[in-house]
Amino acid sequence: MATRGFTGRRPPEATRERLPPGQYLTEDFPVLQLGPTPRLDLATWRFTLRDGAKPLKSWTWDQFEAMPRTRWGGDIHCVTKWSKFDTVWEGVTFDDILADAGVAAPTAFALAEGYDDYTTNVPVADLANGKAMVATRYAGAPIPPDHGGPARLLVPHLYFWKSAKWVSGLRFTRKDEAGFWELRGYHMYGDPWREQRFTGD
Amino acid sequence: MTDRGPLRWQEAEIVGITPVTERVKSVRFRVDFADRFVPGQHVDVRLTAPDGYQAQRSYSIASAPEASGTIELMIERLDEGEVSGFFANVAAIGDRIELRGPIGGAFVWTERDGGPLLLVGGGSGVVPLLAMLRHRAVAAPDVPALLLYSARTRSDIIAADELQARACDEPGFTLRLALTREPGGRRIDRATMDEALARLGRPAHAFVCGSNTFVSAASDLLVDAGVPPRTIRTERFGGSLTG
Repeated sequence: MATRGFTGRRPPEATRERLPPGQYLTEDFPVLQLGPTPRLDLATWRFTLRDGAKPLKSWTWDQFEAMPRTRWGGDIHCVTKWSKFDTVWEGVTFDDILADAGVAAPTAFALAEGYDDYTTNVPVADLANGKAMVATRYAGAPIPPDHGGPARLLVPHLYFWKSAKWVSGLRFTRKDEAGFWELRGYHMYGDPWREQRFTGD
Repeated sequence: MTDRGPLRWQEAEIVGITPVTERVKSVRFRVDFADRFVPGQHVDVRLTAPDGYQAQRSYSIASAPEASGTIELMIERLDEGEVSGFFANVAAIGDRIELRGPIGGAFVWTERDGGPLLLVGGGSGVVPLLAMLRHRAVAAPDVPALLLYSARTRSDIIAADELQARACDEPGFTLRLALTREPGGRRIDRATMDEALARLGRPAHAFVCGSNTFVSAASDLLVDAGVPPRTIRTERFGGSLTG
């Protein structure tokens, strides 16, 4: 049903085609997080891959930086309605992380864990085959702390809450386990093109 | 904190519109979850044009769940705001607006969480904090609370009379204003924050809401003052021109 008196301000056609339903284009880069930006020291930073509670491999910052780096450019979509076009990230793909650890994904699901105790779930199928990376560069420079630096998960085809900031590791889980927001009513999968914002969408 | 079931869109009737400041309007909606949300939560609003084009935005709830049958949003008119401009210039009592909620389970406070409760708001970031204060006054008046509120000028203060009255009438509540563009005005700085913390005592919970730069600065001050990061919750709005 139309809203009385609302005409709206449509973006140009080229923009509309790239905007998932309910999103608007922003030029700046909004910051959303649960609390203060954690203060992380690269000297003690670790990234750890776990199968349940069992560590598979852990990397120091230098070891992580020594892995092959991949560039990804494209659009990102936040569940709070903003989308940002043509962002450019660099980091280590999930595939390269697994290869460096010498393991295959032991289960079909993963929980990304952050240094701020944040968690979010992503199916392995949405991480593998170049679909996701642990990013360490944004727009050609180290990722600023407010945007999740030194390293954040990047799963750009899902709503951006899945791209956990200050990522400390990935934990493989037997079942699809809800993370922080998923426990609070947000969608388990979060496809912006199907507008999966909340449970039941 | 959203109910376990799907969040359904509902057509919410506007039952009241009141100017709050030059840029902010209070808009009251009749909704079916008016007594089933937690202070700090927000709603999504969706407007539809005759050709089906839609625009969605999120707004924090300003009222407490004790307000019978309605929720209050406080909508700030942004320059070129597609949705906020509609509420500033077009919306009228009796209009039915698509809305769903309540949403969000991190930036929330109830009497069960206890205190002391430190609230730090910049500009319209005070809105979800107002919901917490309004609920506290009814549900947990013994919980010590302090609101540190930064606005540009005196006339930009949201709910100014109400906040002053609460500061007078509610023994456990302290109001600290930082007016950045008044003569002799100041921003929230280390001295302001330290004084607030000394007055309140160590907060069990701190909630910081405002623009990105405001929230970054204020939450850094709290961490510097020794407030454990895990007790600090933040909510931000970007410096976006499109809201």
